[in-house]
Amino acid sequence: MQIKILGPGCANCHKMEELARTAVKELGIEADIEHGSDIMEIMKYTISTHGLVVNNKLKHSGKPLPSLEKIKELIRGRVKSP
Amino acid sequence: MLHEFSSLVTYHWLSLAAGSRLAAAVEFFIYDTIKIFLLLSVIIFVVSIIRSYFSPEQTRKILSNKKEFIGSSLAALLGTVTPFCSCSAVPLFIGFIEAGVPLGVTFSFLISSPMVNEVAVVLLWGLFGWKIAAIYLGTGLLVAFIGGVIIGRLKLEKWVEEYVYKIQINVGQEIVKQDFKDRLQYAKWNTTGIVKRVWPYIIFAIAIGGFIHGYVPQDFLVKYAGPQNPFAVPIAVALGVPLYSNAAGVIPIVYALMKKGLSMGTVLAFMMAVTALSLPEMIILRKVLKLPLLAVFVGIMAVTITAVGYLFNAML
Repeated sequence: MQIKILGPGCANCHKMEELARTAVKELGIEADIEHGSDIMEIMKYTISTHGLVVNNKLKHSGKPLPSLEKIKELIRGRVKSP
Repeated sequence: MLHEFSSLVTYHWLSLAAGSRLAAAVEFFIYDTIKIFLLLSVIIFVVSIIRSYFSPEQTRKILSNKKEFIGSSLAALLGTVTPFCSCSAVPLFIGFIEAGVPLGVTFSFLISSPMVNEVAVVLLWGLFGWKIAAIYLGTGLLVAFIGGVIIGRLKLEKWVEEYVYKIQINVGQEIVKQDFKDRLQYAKWNTTGIVKRVWPYIIFAIAIGGFIHGYVPQDFLVKYAGPQNPFAVPIAVALGVPLYSNAAGVIPIVYALMKKGLSMGTVLAFMMAVTALSLPEMIILRKVLKLPLLAVFVGIMAVTITAVGYLFNAML
């Protein structure tokens, strides 16, 4: 599974990355987490940071940031449906 | 109730002598601190919930292909409530232009967003009263509106980097809806985050008000930038442009300047110049704007803010 955090790198982006890492750990799944901070990269998905991309699909963008539970849901949804 | 609590702490717990200068200062300090933190927490919490109903995507849809007057007024208003992380000004700018939001309207949004926000309004309300806060809110929106309209009229589209017009965004939205619990959680997180970030500035500002009030002699600032000097406002704006801070950071300076006898218009113009024009934002925006447009933007903002400062001074 591939998870990408979209955001140029401010406090909120780091918070999002932290949440995603915790979510992955608590779900006990294998995932590559990367941080897309390049603007062109971000704009492929959204105009409002911070985005959460799971397996190349935008799952969340903008403020407010999703809660840890919500992020787990967003990530897990992908695992179940092939 | 707050008054009783402050005097309880001052005269009973700290056993300061009634009527002394120190006691009065301490009482004032405790009262003001509690009042501002209460205001700040409640209002940021409420605004956070309101904000969670807006998104840059919606705002962009609302603003696309709007005429300048309606567009810029809406943009100035939406700039105050649309949640947007200042670090993503570039994708936002490109997204707006791509959706057919006129350049001037886009600027109205970019101007109002950092300048007119709940933190600035609450702090002004707590320290100077609701009238000053309301005037700041009103004129901040006015500045954003005028700035956008002028930039729109000047037809400066040629000074936007060419690549901006070529970008095609395929925003494949598959966003999960937020329920109210998520919004509450976000509001809680946002409120504690902001309060944690701004409390040192506020304590500092109130300390200046509480302890320096009455002691500090009027100094050279008033001589050069006081009410008698007709150039006070442009001087304050010229000083504010290179300085950058958010609303909370500039508040102690604003408070100190007020206590030193500068007039309200001069001080608020200074605050607007500091918050609305920032070097980091300019550097970010340089990726999408050519230098002449950036320069025009700064120039228009400086002139408009100066005009508003004069207006204030005449009104108050």
